[in-house]
Amino acid sequence: MSTIRMTEDHEWIRIDADGSGTVGITHYAQEQLGDIVFVELPEIGRRLRKGEDAAVIESVKAAAECRAPVSGTVTEVNAALADEPGTVNRDPTGAGWFFKLKLDDPKELDALMDEAAYGSKLAK
Amino acid sequence: MREPVLTEAALLHTPLHALHLELGARMVPFAGYAMPVQFPAGILAEHRHTRTQASLFDVSHMGQAQLRGAGAAAALESLVPADVAGLGLGRQRYTFFTNDAGGILDDLMVANPGERLFLVVNAARKAHDFALLKQRCDMEVLADRALLALQGPAAASVMARLAPDAAALAFLSLAEVAIEGIPCLVSRSGYTGEDGFEISVAAGRAEELARALLAQGEVRPAGLGARDSLRLEAGLCLYGHDIDETTTPVEAGLGWAIPSVRRRGGARAGGFPGAAVILDQLERGAARKRVGILPEGRAPLREGTTLEDSAGGIAGTLTSGGFGATLDQPVAMGYVRADCAAPGSVLRAMVRGKPRACRVTTLPFVPHRYHRGPRP
Repeated sequence: MSTIRMTEDHEWIRIDADGSGTVGITHYAQEQLGDIVFVELPEIGRRLRKGEDAAVIESVKAAAECRAPVSGTVTEVNAALADEPGTVNRDPTGAGWFFKLKLDDPKELDALMDEAAYGSKLAK
Repeated sequence: MREPVLTEAALLHTPLHALHLELGARMVPFAGYAMPVQFPAGILAEHRHTRTQASLFDVSHMGQAQLRGAGAAAALESLVPADVAGLGLGRQRYTFFTNDAGGILDDLMVANPGERLFLVVNAARKAHDFALLKQRCDMEVLADRALLALQGPAAASVMARLAPDAAALAFLSLAEVAIEGIPCLVSRSGYTGEDGFEISVAAGRAEELARALLAQGEVRPAGLGARDSLRLEAGLCLYGHDIDETTTPVEAGLGWAIPSVRRRGGARAGGFPGAAVILDQLERGAARKRVGILPEGRAPLREGTTLEDSAGGIAGTLTSGGFGATLDQPVAMGYVRADCAAPGSVLRAMVRGKPRACRVTTLPFVPHRYHRGPRP
């Protein structure tokens, strides 16, 4: 079973069986941004520090940053978003993923929220 | 933004507030009002629906006023460079209040519905404009009226069904018409580049009117988000962004709104604030010009972005930028040096430290489709 964790800034990271992490933004985040028209993804091989700006999300209304939920190295990006940025609106936690990370230190995940904690944060 | 940050409780509501909530609008503060930025369909869908069918916009936050008395036209002409005295019965025009430096204090629509002048001004500027008008005119603020905009290629057939007299109006004409028995002041105008109508109605009957329009199969609600992207594609200025006290009408490419009767040699030449500056620029040109900017690639360029020429010198600044849903690509406009303003000029925008190529183009991005009627 995969583990998913959320940040205070509405990014998610899912840990796959091989220990790598897939990063995107939550349903709540895409809803707040509105129609997404462009996503600027990080370069493969880039080292990201936890909290660093990793991707830029351009919606019809404004630009927003997606920050790295944990530290790591970018191993893959979702190139399909170049032609279909609206996938982030339709399926933010599935086909609308942004990039994959090789984590520096899986212990950093402990500081993030699980789905239940994130859900109750949104409900407040 | 100039507007102060207001708490939810301090925001004013339009007469359609409850209807917006019922329709699932996302409300945002705008010019002191709680306004719908979008409905559940979203800005892109609302934008495209307006270009293909018809959308209903609530623009009741805008200021409506009327001027009365024999001297009303002359008094207004001392504040704006339009031909108000020559405004025929049932006709409407676009104009702007100017300052002594030739800058723009606000842009507005003025109409002659008979025995008075009817004005519509920007929400964020209405307190300023009304104070200005009060000094010179017999002015009545129409605070108890709502303003609805029905915009899109299907607007005319919708109107033909509900109020044939309104459907017969030509672009920039207006008339008192009953729609579904509701007395309205209808003008054939708008802010999307499409054919359409703006409807002034008593606040107490606005919701009834809105529901009657939304009951038509072609019509869906649209918010301020789509209104902004539609007007940007249509190359129309947004006050406080594309025009303000530091931009002149000539720089803004609005010289067409200054008729020959108010220009040098005209019967009522000048006589408005900043006339010397503006009339000089009309003859000699301005040092900078408002142009369309087409960015290369898919990422929108935003207001405030600096444009550079090929030598790295500053060419200008963007004043509006976003995504043009009709063209399916980013669009922007801004002011550039006159020597960079020719269509096809290639400039560079610096975005997050990286250069982005962009090209100067003529406005509008999407051709206007106004119903001009038969030409005399």
